[in-house]
Amino acid sequence: MSVTHYWRALWGIVGRELWRFVTQRERFVSALVRPLVWLFVFAAGFRAALGLAISPPYETYILYEVYITPGLCGMIQLFNGMQSSLSMVYDREMGSMRILLVSPLPRWFLLLSKLLAGVGVSVLQVYVFLAIAWADDIHAPWQGYLWAMPALLLSGLMLGALGLLLSSFIKQLENFAGVMNFVIFPMFFLSTALYPLWKLKESSILLHQIAQYNPFSQAVELIRFALYGQLNLHALIYTLTAFAVFMAAAIFGYNPSKGMMSRKGGA
Amino acid sequence: MKATIALAVDQLSFAYGAKKALDRLSFQIYAGECTILLGPNGAGKTTLFSLITRLYDSHDGHIALCGFDLQQQTCKALAKLGIVFQQTTLDMDMSVMDNLYYHAALHGIGRKQAGQRIEQELQRLNMWERRQEKVRQLNGGHKRRVEIARALLHQPSLLLLDEPTVGLDVPSRQAIVDYVHQLARETGLAVLWASHLIDEIYPGDHLLVLHKGQIKANGTVNEVLALTGTASIREAFQQLTQGEAA
Repeated sequence: MSVTHYWRALWGIVGRELWRFVTQRERFVSALVRPLVWLFVFAAGFRAALGLAISPPYETYILYEVYITPGLCGMIQLFNGMQSSLSMVYDREMGSMRILLVSPLPRWFLLLSKLLAGVGVSVLQVYVFLAIAWADDIHAPWQGYLWAMPALLLSGLMLGALGLLLSSFIKQLENFAGVMNFVIFPMFFLSTALYPLWKLKESSILLHQIAQYNPFSQAVELIRFALYGQLNLHALIYTLTAFAVFMAAAIFGYNPSKGMMSRKGGA
Repeated sequence: MKATIALAVDQLSFAYGAKKALDRLSFQIYAGECTILLGPNGAGKTTLFSLITRLYDSHDGHIALCGFDLQQQTCKALAKLGIVFQQTTLDMDMSVMDNLYYHAALHGIGRKQAGQRIEQELQRLNMWERRQEKVRQLNGGHKRRVEIARALLHQPSLLLLDEPTVGLDVPSRQAIVDYVHQLARETGLAVLWASHLIDEIYPGDHLLVLHKGQIKANGTVNEVLALTGTASIREAFQQLTQGEAA
């Protein structure tokens, strides 16, 4: 298989996903409504209740809206990763996943392409969200919007790989509600998306520790620092490692001879 | 001289946990030959197809497509394979053309060449006029035609069809059966067609009767009739599957 073959297949998969996203306007809007509600309603309500001390990467006192904006970027990607996972389970049930998996390309490449397609969509959503936040006077330095791109790609890959991994375990579409309850919500609420770690420590040491080791926290911190033109090396390494682990496990899960597929009786 | 072997299955077994689905299957399919895989529901047809397409993997036995071992040379082997699954696997919200372009991209076919092949295949199946329609708007028979066009787009050597006519009306079924037989005859394509419908068999076809994961008969229509001492395929099938009707 030539490099051109890989390239064409990658573009085919990514292009299809982007096309679906752009043409499905409801999906586009609903993906934005959730973080915007958090930003304009939740954050406005909590602004008064939650006092934030100056902590990196912020160099001055900030409004709560400013604090949760990177967390909401992560939220978009978290939901998108799980949405991709849901669509993989759906595709598997409906059969269109088969067409992808019987293509004459290595399975890891097909899964990675599918993942990249989902990440492309989530990054697009995040930038639209950031543009709306900008219009509401939530500004980051202009370079931050550029630095955020690689951070968003990595965090999107990590969360997408987690979704992919989950989809290799989920037998049927109906089981997906469990993912919402046991993965998305704990990951989101036990993270630094809504409150800083030190604030959490004041309430509970255990919750603080869980949030610290939650890969979603690290992804959010990576985005937060990048948005202010800074590199959080610890978050970068942590997110990168989590991506590698989730991706390897997902490839294993989709391996017909080793993973879940051999036990599940369906692709 | 015997034609090229398109598919070689050797001592293939597969089990779902303790339940054996396929038991030491061995057979070969040759270029230009239309082989009907006949078996009642639950015989193991879909499992066999899942193994040939490597959606499942088995450690017992070997599968080779056009000489390429499916486990060792997976990509080369899969490149030789065209498949129509039992369930429609088209993207309903995309047009016929976009579905086919997507498939072409997965097989590394460039846009220009893909366009030419798509036109050729759709013309042959009388679907060219409907190329811009969304798949959702097509009826069952037309969807199947698009899936056959898609399966042939990368010019495979072996075409697998997993009960492609289920749920279609008689004219649509007949058109697909005729077309696939014509393809095998004229282009040298090897065809493995899973079915439980006796009337889809042509006199010149090769038959593979599968029952409870085992091959009960493997030969031409006449050979199977001679083997069972029956006058029709229906009787032969009933005898081989111990009274289970097709």
